[in-house]
Amino acid sequence: MMTVAEAARCALRQEMRRDPSIFVLGEDIQHGGVFGQYKGLVDEFGPERIVNTPIAEATMVGAAVGAALVGNRPVVETRFSDFALSAMDELVNQAAKLRYMSGGQCKVPAVIRLPSGLRRSSAAQHSQSLEAWFAHMPGLVVTVPATPADAYGLLLQALRCEDPVIHMEAKELWQSKGDVPESAEGLPFGVGRVARTGDDATIVAWATTVRASLDAVDLLAASGVSVEVIDLRTLWPWDKQLVLESAARTGCLVIAHESVKDVGFGSEIAATAAEELHETLNAPIRRIASPRIPVGYAPPLEAQYRVSASAIAATVADLLDVAWDSSPSDLSDLRAECGSSPRAG
Amino acid sequence: MLTLTRPRSAKSTQRLLDQYRLMVRIRAFEEAAEEQGGTGLIHGMTHSAVGQEAVAVGVCANLSRDDVVTSTHRNHHHALAKGIDVTAAMAELFGRATGVCGGKGGSMHFADLPAGLLGANGVVAASVAIAAGAAQGLLLQGSAAIAVAFFGDGGMNRGQCLEAMNYAAVYRLPLLLVCEDNGWSATTRISTVTAGPGFVARSEALGVPGAAVDGNDVEAVDRATSVAVDQIRNGSGPRFLHCRTYRLRGHTVVDDASYRPRTELESNLRHDPVRRCHRRLRDLGVSDEDITAAWSQEQAAVKGAVELAASAPWPAAAEAFRDIQDAGRFETP
Repeated sequence: MMTVAEAARCALRQEMRRDPSIFVLGEDIQHGGVFGQYKGLVDEFGPERIVNTPIAEATMVGAAVGAALVGNRPVVETRFSDFALSAMDELVNQAAKLRYMSGGQCKVPAVIRLPSGLRRSSAAQHSQSLEAWFAHMPGLVVTVPATPADAYGLLLQALRCEDPVIHMEAKELWQSKGDVPESAEGLPFGVGRVARTGDDATIVAWATTVRASLDAVDLLAASGVSVEVIDLRTLWPWDKQLVLESAARTGCLVIAHESVKDVGFGSEIAATAAEELHETLNAPIRRIASPRIPVGYAPPLEAQYRVSASAIAATVADLLDVAWDSSPSDLSDLRAECGSSPRAG
Repeated sequence: MLTLTRPRSAKSTQRLLDQYRLMVRIRAFEEAAEEQGGTGLIHGMTHSAVGQEAVAVGVCANLSRDDVVTSTHRNHHHALAKGIDVTAAMAELFGRATGVCGGKGGSMHFADLPAGLLGANGVVAASVAIAAGAAQGLLLQGSAAIAVAFFGDGGMNRGQCLEAMNYAAVYRLPLLLVCEDNGWSATTRISTVTAGPGFVARSEALGVPGAAVDGNDVEAVDRATSVAVDQIRNGSGPRFLHCRTYRLRGHTVVDDASYRPRTELESNLRHDPVRRCHRRLRDLGVSDEDITAAWSQEQAAVKGAVELAASAPWPAAAEAFRDIQDAGRFETP
């Protein structure tokens, strides 16, 4: 068992030992990083490879592009995903496009780490989850691990990939624990994971909503329905085949993500399913996601952004036309009602 | 072989004649690009480097093929000075499959990795951080090569440029920063939108020693670059050159630059770097024959490149879907 943070550190350490071209640019990373995800790495790899940078995101990402062009594999730590917005030109106009513009000569094997999502009343500029922005952009890979095993396998894969990877790490999951297989293999991009098998409905989730979806399925257990949960793991590429096959079989599709619903990535999945499965689905496709609001500071305001297990369960129950008991054991709802956000670690 | 009528090191005169040849290659290339823009064979917008040849040539004379450069929307001169093939470059302007980027980049995105051209950039000052990162990568690899960022006067006012200068100084990166100041930020006179005591002072305030150079004098650029590059190669960290030159054309080939006084253009034509170099070669005793031979050979090479480009095939439509990324590739329709 290890935490997501330990799994990610393990993947980075393992690859840095194997591949001397990898180095990391980030603020405060010689002190372990904001979430301890770089703890101890400077002792092993030195300040030339675990580089403390000025607060200069545009230059960090621009420099990563340049280093990648001369054969290195840079990693950029953005500290909070929100700060990656200061480097949007470098991410979108440079990293994502140089390979194409150069007719395939220039590859940019850079990993950009974006600690994402809600955590401890961090308010509107430290809580965003911007996967839809990056998934929209040709040239970028977008990874959204939900478990320690995937945090390990996807970061490993990102460090071996020839493309720029936007590696989104849910801040609330840093301390969640799980088994990590002892393997030197990365996880292929675009291969989702069936987190729970079921026959009556399909929930597609990623990052924090994987746990919420599994909790929702538990809440629905007494109703006698069997629900499949798919953890997409990567959003570009995304496992279209897995989603469409599951939804075709269950006839019912729900998408859950803890980021703004409107023009969110769930819309892409819903539209694809509508195009491909129009004759097959028994119920309308539903998206359960955050409202189109900035994240508020006060816990009751922040809670409005949260996607709860009970909201997912209620939606599935409604689609399947079953009664369900919104039992008091639903922790997510209790949190919302009590106005306290969950604490990671 | 050179036949000189005045005493001077034949080697240094040959160096200047080589630089002259490169400058007229660039001039011929740019004039052909303007002409073919008019015929409609070059589809996109091009930004002419006519008048700015000496900066590219004087700087690149001090670089090896292993050294890498980044450049801007106005980049043909840097690319040619760094060794891009004239034929492949012209075919790229024509958008043909034989272009250096297969027709995917065009005028603003020349890239030629074997020649050390990491890519020209359509975003002002984006070249600076990319070159800084290349320098950082080279340093980490223990390479002797250095990186050079070309950028314009307009780029000096972008936060990205200032950020990257500080960054380069902090890590003592093997980086030469070349500000090619042509006086105009598109249609705005740069002095009207720039505060402070000047670009060299600005650079030095950020920890990057700098020098101002007459960017229309290829020998001066060559000398200043030589000094800076020696220091960079010795591990002294980044250096900055403020090369003052003048854009003898509009911002793009369709801009007649009517916003500037005619007298300004006329007085700057007297400092045309190609003519200045020609006069200098003559003063050094190089025969008109040798000088005009360089000119006519380069013009002929560019003419040949235009003919080849015009008859080269278009990229296949399927190419639009290639070279994007390995993961999540589109299937070609």
